[in-house]
Amino acid sequence: MSRASQSSRRSPLLGIYALLVFAFLYLPIVVLILYSFNRDGVGGFPPKQLTFAWYRLLFSDSSIWDAVVNSLLVALGAVALSLTLGLLAALALDRATFPGKSVFRRLVLLPLILPGIITGLSLLMFAVSAGRQLSLATVFLGHGTALLSVATTELFAGLQKIDRAQEEASLDLGATPWQTFWRVTLPNLKLSLIAAGLLIFTLSMDEIAVTFFLIGRDNTLPLEIWARLRRGITPEINAISTLIFAVSVILILIWYRIRTRTTGQEAQELLEHP
Amino acid sequence: MYSRAYKWIVSTPPLLWVTIFLLLPYALMFAHSFWLVRDGMIVRQWNLQNYARLFQNPVYLDVLFRTVRIAAGVTLLSLLLGYPLAYYMSFRAGVRKELLYQLVIVPLWVSYLVRGYAWKTILGSEGVLNGFLQYIHVTKEPVSFFLYSPFAVVLTLTHIYTPFVFLPLYASLEHIPRNLVEASHDLGAGSRATFLRVILPLSLPGLLAGATFAFVLTLGDFLAPLLVGGPSSIMIANIVQSLFGTAYDWPLGAAVSVCILLLTISLLFLTERLEKRWSFR
Repeated sequence: MSRASQSSRRSPLLGIYALLVFAFLYLPIVVLILYSFNRDGVGGFPPKQLTFAWYRLLFSDSSIWDAVVNSLLVALGAVALSLTLGLLAALALDRATFPGKSVFRRLVLLPLILPGIITGLSLLMFAVSAGRQLSLATVFLGHGTALLSVATTELFAGLQKIDRAQEEASLDLGATPWQTFWRVTLPNLKLSLIAAGLLIFTLSMDEIAVTFFLIGRDNTLPLEIWARLRRGITPEINAISTLIFAVSVILILIWYRIRTRTTGQEAQELLEHP
Repeated sequence: MYSRAYKWIVSTPPLLWVTIFLLLPYALMFAHSFWLVRDGMIVRQWNLQNYARLFQNPVYLDVLFRTVRIAAGVTLLSLLLGYPLAYYMSFRAGVRKELLYQLVIVPLWVSYLVRGYAWKTILGSEGVLNGFLQYIHVTKEPVSFFLYSPFAVVLTLTHIYTPFVFLPLYASLEHIPRNLVEASHDLGAGSRATFLRVILPLSLPGLLAGATFAFVLTLGDFLAPLLVGGPSSIMIANIVQSLFGTAYDWPLGAAVSVCILLLTISLLFLTERLEKRWSFR
């Protein structure tokens, strides 16, 4: 069968349609970035008079930066918590047998499957029943617990790929299980840990649904933006959104590089699939 | 090869954590749905009143049906956008495949809030779309019905979930053995017959997975209606949110949550079954 003759008969309609879908996916992002430089605000057409005034306003806006710091604290805490517990959970699912293992497996994944509002409210009721004041600490516990699902799946996948023989050799040659864990298992999982950490960090920085119900007086960045949106919209929000977009793109690029290194073989095969 | 102590050490902390911080909170949600509020206090008196109220009051059922309609609309639109795109990329894009794939992934990582906000600035009565329409003299005055309507919610959520729908679809199209497609052509089937008889059936598991994503995620969404929807597109999760907030009826809110939870889990269970049945391996 000659592929060339076949493709020449194909109509360009599908290609045009695909282009339009891309336009739909990118239109809001382009508009957002464009209007962050527009002197006259977020509406109107065409945008005119380029300005950096909104960025200047943003950089002198201390409550936004307080919120950024809060978000960073929560996200870093959530990464540490969920990676530690997720690593143990992945090891347990991979290597141990215990009563309720299949229930445990499903339970860990629930926050990933259920709408955030359900997990958020459950944790709210739990915090209130335990007599805890809502604060950044409850948000951190919420993020850590909800994102444990992501850590466990990512690290479990990583564990499946590493060579078990190395650990056996280490144990046979007289290393203690503790030494084997630090010197063999962990180094082998390094890239999976970094990739999972970046993913969890991004998800935590952007989380709203769970945070919404667990927040105390100090806002995280998404909730600070949310609060401002309710008061009205200004290009300052475009400016911060543009910065968030830039940071997420950088994180994706890093994540993707690590990802292709860990799963390089498979990704390569997938891409080269005829 | 791993000692009992090793297994005990790795499984105990996550097991305890998940029991305390997930199982217990979810259980508490169930428990609340069987309790009552009296004089602004939650009374731990077991009863089915909340569920009775849910099914007797038409408001809740109306909102539930609207939510299902919106979710169905988002699912359908995301498939209409996602399927042709996935098909094009898998079968036609050639060497540009990798780059295009990255381009679909990028919006997936952009903050939900940022995307919702962007649509708000586009659709508003003083927004970009209205500005554009007046600029090209299609309309003389701002059109106000773009924003704060179920249409705005469907559009925004479709934008957010199209990449989610695309991913499993694309994966399933990529897994179709190309010799099956060639065999179909060689045996005289046209492009249309090949698509309908070979490609579409083999991509059903991916289609189902994508559709489930979009449907379930929309079902539990409460932010889009607040951001771009307005009162006419209140969804079921907004009811929950207001019952936990200003209305202060946690038990009733918990009962609605339990309904959402059961609906979600049964949908996922159902589609998992179907996916297994339809997968060709």
